[in-house]
Amino acid sequence: MMRRFVLILIPYLWLFALFLVPFLIVVKISLSDVALSIPPYTPQLDLAAGWQGVKDFFSGLDFENFTFLTTDDLYWKAYLSSVKIALFSTLFTLMVGFPIAYGMAQAPDQWRPTLMMLVILPFWTSFLIRVYSWMGILANEGLLNQVLLWSGIIDTPLKIINTNTAVYIGIVYTYLPFMILPIYAALERLDGSLLEAAEDLGCSRSSAFWLVTVPLSRNGVIAGCFLVFIPALGEFVIPSLLGGSGTLMIGKVLWEEFFNNRDWPVASAVAVILLLILIIPIVLFQRNEQKQREAEG
Amino acid sequence: MRRFSWFNATSLTFGFAFLYLPMIILVFYSFNESKLVTVWAGFSTKWYGELLRNDAFLDAAMVTLKVAVASSTIATVLGTMAAYVLVRAGRFTGRTVFSGMIYAPLVMPDVITGLSLLLLFIGVGLDRGITTIILAHTTFAMCYVSVVVSSRLVTFDRSLEEAALDLGCTPFESFRLVTLPIIAPAVISGWLLAFTLSLDDLVIASFTAGPSATTLPIKIFSAVRLGVSPEINALSTIMIAIVTVGVITASLMSKRAAVKRAEDERAAVRA
Repeated sequence: MMRRFVLILIPYLWLFALFLVPFLIVVKISLSDVALSIPPYTPQLDLAAGWQGVKDFFSGLDFENFTFLTTDDLYWKAYLSSVKIALFSTLFTLMVGFPIAYGMAQAPDQWRPTLMMLVILPFWTSFLIRVYSWMGILANEGLLNQVLLWSGIIDTPLKIINTNTAVYIGIVYTYLPFMILPIYAALERLDGSLLEAAEDLGCSRSSAFWLVTVPLSRNGVIAGCFLVFIPALGEFVIPSLLGGSGTLMIGKVLWEEFFNNRDWPVASAVAVILLLILIIPIVLFQRNEQKQREAEG
Repeated sequence: MRRFSWFNATSLTFGFAFLYLPMIILVFYSFNESKLVTVWAGFSTKWYGELLRNDAFLDAAMVTLKVAVASSTIATVLGTMAAYVLVRAGRFTGRTVFSGMIYAPLVMPDVITGLSLLLLFIGVGLDRGITTIILAHTTFAMCYVSVVVSSRLVTFDRSLEEAALDLGCTPFESFRLVTLPIIAPAVISGWLLAFTLSLDDLVIASFTAGPSATTLPIKIFSAVRLGVSPEINALSTIMIAIVTVGVITASLMSKRAAVKRAEDERAAVRA
């Protein structure tokens, strides 16, 4: 019994101290005021002052930072544009990823392990390097513009880097494996005799695809979309390397608020709201996974 | 009924070209003589030489490796324990909170994890450096490890452990002699995942690193913010080469293990 207790206690305490407590600190600081001190916020919880200290601490907390977030355009615009960018890039990733997953599922059996490895390999390479690899391609005098100019498709170089287009390309590129793998898993399980039945009953190949394959891959598609949307929403590296000053994403705003403006309370409030926005897709994702598990028995 | 059509072939070709061309181009330009990354001026390995002489990068690489080895090892121990608790411990007070704390860091944006840990470290007066990065990486990596290991534990046949206990093993011996060898592949992939996540992490490390310790991603990020640089191309090429060799070796080894297992089974049937 003692053994079981210790086994539970060690990981429990670790996560409690290094995940839950830090998060509560963020919530607390988001309710504090910015101050010219170290650390730069008040009030501090002064336990030495006893009950009076605790009372002072709570009376010093207010929702001022959250009100501030609603009054300054920058923040709600950043939230909206993060949601928009995450939403559209999820859609683009789906459009690019589905045909690849479908091709993999149709491929001869002996190719599949290799194809799987080719999809997973980029996942093991550094995320930062994969984003960086696009900087040289999309630059004004970069490879893409050189090729397009040389082939005569365009006369003046396209401006792609430091725009939202570059951010979309970056998100689609880096999160593509997350979209392909769940869709491939769903398509691979698909029972081929269902398609045969549809065709025997007079479906054309394309209508069999839309009426049988697509609905049966639904769970994979939904899982893939959440796996792209959730991390894309809080993304920092892609907008700061590929996006420009016009690219507003909340991860970047939080970073700048903290490191450049040193406004800890506002940075914490930004984090709390980002998390509240994320809870909706996370709960929906969990429910989808649960349904899938139940369907599989 | 599978038919590999021309449409499938085209989408696979374009898909994999999209996934791999950027990295191939990056590797190609790392051998460029010119400082201008977009103009080809002949073959040269001089940027690799520059990289090896750059002490700041070498120091950062050492810090990154130390952090990755330490954090992934601690995370594997803690994550395996957590997986055991999730799958085996049954009901206990605070179980919901526990599984919440395991799954939440997986979906938490890096900026929030980083910010909250930094605020904690400052709150308790811990100096930022290599220790704080290890603590931070261990915390999120152990959640990934526990998800990987618990998915293996769920399908694990408990009667094997019970047999070991019946035959006189202590619970720890039965874990070490029966359970661990069987879940070892999952534990190893958990470790590898934790190791890669740690090598890769920029955001959480930026929040939790102090002036005394800079990791390679932090160094790369501050270098490429100003634009493309051939030295970073050379560094990226080395990292891509290591990963490629590692993943191909791992997949060949697991293939060979699968073939060997099949042979053993056949031999067992004959005998």
